[in-house]
Amino acid sequence: MSKIPAGVLTAVKKVRGGVAVDHRKNTADLEVVRIPTPEKVVIPMQMHIGAPCEPVVKPGDDVSVGQVIGDTDKFVSAPIHATVSGKVKAVGDIKMPNGILAKAVTIESDGEMRLWEGIEPPKVTNRDEFLKAVRASGLVGLGGAGFPTHVKLGFSPDKNIDTLVINAAECEPFITVDYRECIDNSWDILSAVYTIKDLLGFKNVVIAVEDNKPEAFNVLKRIADNEYDVGDKVKLMVLKSRYPQGAEKMMVQSATGRKVPPGKLPADVGCVVMNVASAAFVSRYLKTGKPLVSRSLTVDGSAIAEPKNVRVPIGTNIGEIIDFCGGFKTEPGKIITGGPMMGLAIVNTDLPVLKQNNAILAFDKNDAQFKKQTDCIRCGSCAAACPLSLTPTNIVRATKAKDYETMKRIGVNVCMECGSCAYSCPAGIPLVQYMKLAKAVLREEAAK
Amino acid sequence: MENEKLFVSASPHFRSAKTTRGIMLDVIIALVPALIASGVIFGLRALVITALSVCCCVFFEWSFRKFILKKSNTVGDLSAVITGILLAFNLPSGIPYWMVIIGDLFAIVVVKQLFGGIGQNFVNPAIGGRIFMLLSFSGAMTSWTEPHTGFMNLAGADALTGATPLVSEDILPSVGDMFMGIRGGCLGETCIFALIIGGIYLLVRRVISPAIPLSFICTVAAVMGIYTAVKGEGAEFVIYQLLSGGLFLGAIFMATDYSTSPISTKGKIIFGIGCGLITCVIRLFGSLPEGVSYSIILMNILTPLIERITTPKPFGTPKKEKKAKEAQA
Repeated sequence: MSKIPAGVLTAVKKVRGGVAVDHRKNTADLEVVRIPTPEKVVIPMQMHIGAPCEPVVKPGDDVSVGQVIGDTDKFVSAPIHATVSGKVKAVGDIKMPNGILAKAVTIESDGEMRLWEGIEPPKVTNRDEFLKAVRASGLVGLGGAGFPTHVKLGFSPDKNIDTLVINAAECEPFITVDYRECIDNSWDILSAVYTIKDLLGFKNVVIAVEDNKPEAFNVLKRIADNEYDVGDKVKLMVLKSRYPQGAEKMMVQSATGRKVPPGKLPADVGCVVMNVASAAFVSRYLKTGKPLVSRSLTVDGSAIAEPKNVRVPIGTNIGEIIDFCGGFKTEPGKIITGGPMMGLAIVNTDLPVLKQNNAILAFDKNDAQFKKQTDCIRCGSCAAACPLSLTPTNIVRATKAKDYETMKRIGVNVCMECGSCAYSCPAGIPLVQYMKLAKAVLREEAAK
Repeated sequence: MENEKLFVSASPHFRSAKTTRGIMLDVIIALVPALIASGVIFGLRALVITALSVCCCVFFEWSFRKFILKKSNTVGDLSAVITGILLAFNLPSGIPYWMVIIGDLFAIVVVKQLFGGIGQNFVNPAIGGRIFMLLSFSGAMTSWTEPHTGFMNLAGADALTGATPLVSEDILPSVGDMFMGIRGGCLGETCIFALIIGGIYLLVRRVISPAIPLSFICTVAAVMGIYTAVKGEGAEFVIYQLLSGGLFLGAIFMATDYSTSPISTKGKIIFGIGCGLITCVIRLFGSLPEGVSYSIILMNILTPLIERITTPKPFGTPKKEKKAKEAQA
């Protein structure tokens, strides 16, 4: 986009660092297609940050789409719903993509996708009813983090939160589901923006998009310029595409110029950042009462035969989704859930899709290879790339020396593991791995 | 589907194409104009010395790691080639060959490998080697060859020698000759034009940031300007100060060495200013012929300290806390 039209915001304060990653949005023009109902889904009881849910069904139970199958009384959590209709086959531990064991409910589908009779649009007239409804919907951040949305939106009303940022930046390469959401479900986004704004009393709404998505820009511009927007409180912000523009702290800085201090949340500086697909889901839920049972995914990468954007029931087997996309065209060297910068490499495809997964990417042997790791030459590429002003090479050095004081002083825990440092390192040092290690080392030290 | 052959790693799953070898290759390319200039100005012997120095550095790095340290072979990262070129560039073209070999040995083995190899050395190997040679072979190291004594003249020590403009001001070359490098001096340092071309290449390729070269050269210009104003010398004095000695070679290629200079821009500027000040003090008040090498090596040693005070605070660190922490530190 060469010229930014009047009334459209640009970043208040430019984000430092970051990296120019190849966008590779190959699937941008592919409409989201629904996969055939899977024969079986495996639904883990923890697909969010916070307390895991306890299964409320037992093997042999009949369940239908949208019925609660897991819940907890803990606040930071989100209920889990059946995503297909059929019979509960098993309730037990499975190995999650990150290698941790978690309870899961396996449902054998009857192929009918019967909706649960208890589903009805929630009655929402005020803030409390709204937050209750959001919790009941089972919504977690669909952008990848999986933070329960009712917790994020449930800030105390006297906390002086003034700005809602709707995040449509989608700065990770390959992923296009948020873009498709803008194009295909713009009405949902429109109604979400104004509903959330009015119910929670935001003074301003900023819808953020990167400049490599002109079509999404046009759609969102119409939303921001809508007649509902009394007093012009909803604005579109276009950002120069650069990774990791879409990270929460970066978004807050771009939209308001405020910096979220280490260890704090956007709410502490008066902002809430919400993924565009999450927002669109909220308005759909308010209309239909159908909880979060399916989601869109980008399936792409050099080893996938027919890259697609697909809509799948949560808990669908990843291998089945890949088969739906024509299977592998070459032997895969690496498969990840999420984007290539922050996604998780998985050991096999016999794993369920989680609420927060936004992509499945499979790469051939060649793409799976990294450059050989050599010694750090202190070129400073990592420090230049870090959007949070850290110096990763120094953190590595301090971690190797177990110098806890220095590690804390130079801000190990500020790192959000965006991967910009490791991406730009010429010596091929797995810096994010070191950051994770450093955090673990500090946790261990604190526990002593 | 089970797949035992999937590669699992921490994110990110993409890496840039940038490699250490690529960066070093860029530096070598940037040094080529100055190498050509040295051949034109000082003749074949300049090229022979550079080639010898490169071969020795590579050989010492390979053999010392293989037979003494019993570590991996790191010759492929090309950093030893750069040390070889830079050390040769800091020698007069008449230097005896055996001295070059000893200088390379010191640079690679003592300064670089004994401290852990690439990225671990705390002073620049080429400068370490040069200063070692300056102290050990003072005579040979300060017998400057006159330019254009014949391309094929390989005689070395028998070549005519003259003083550099820094030592004697009796026979000053013109400013144009100074800029093009037609003067006595170390073989790679004289052609400012070629060095600037190399510097621009490094900036365009983003191998170096302009912070150190600019702050270094500007500081020298400023201090020499003040000195001229106080002493009442001509403005030409400042220009000759900038164009003579190893200022451009040092500022562009040696002070910017990654492992021995600060990472943050603020730190780089402090580093450059420090180099400039020490260079001026040595040139104006010291008894040494040239201060660039010493200034860089002294600032190399100060680098960890500069790093400590200039490392940026993590994103969003409140201002107050910042001050409190600084007071603590």
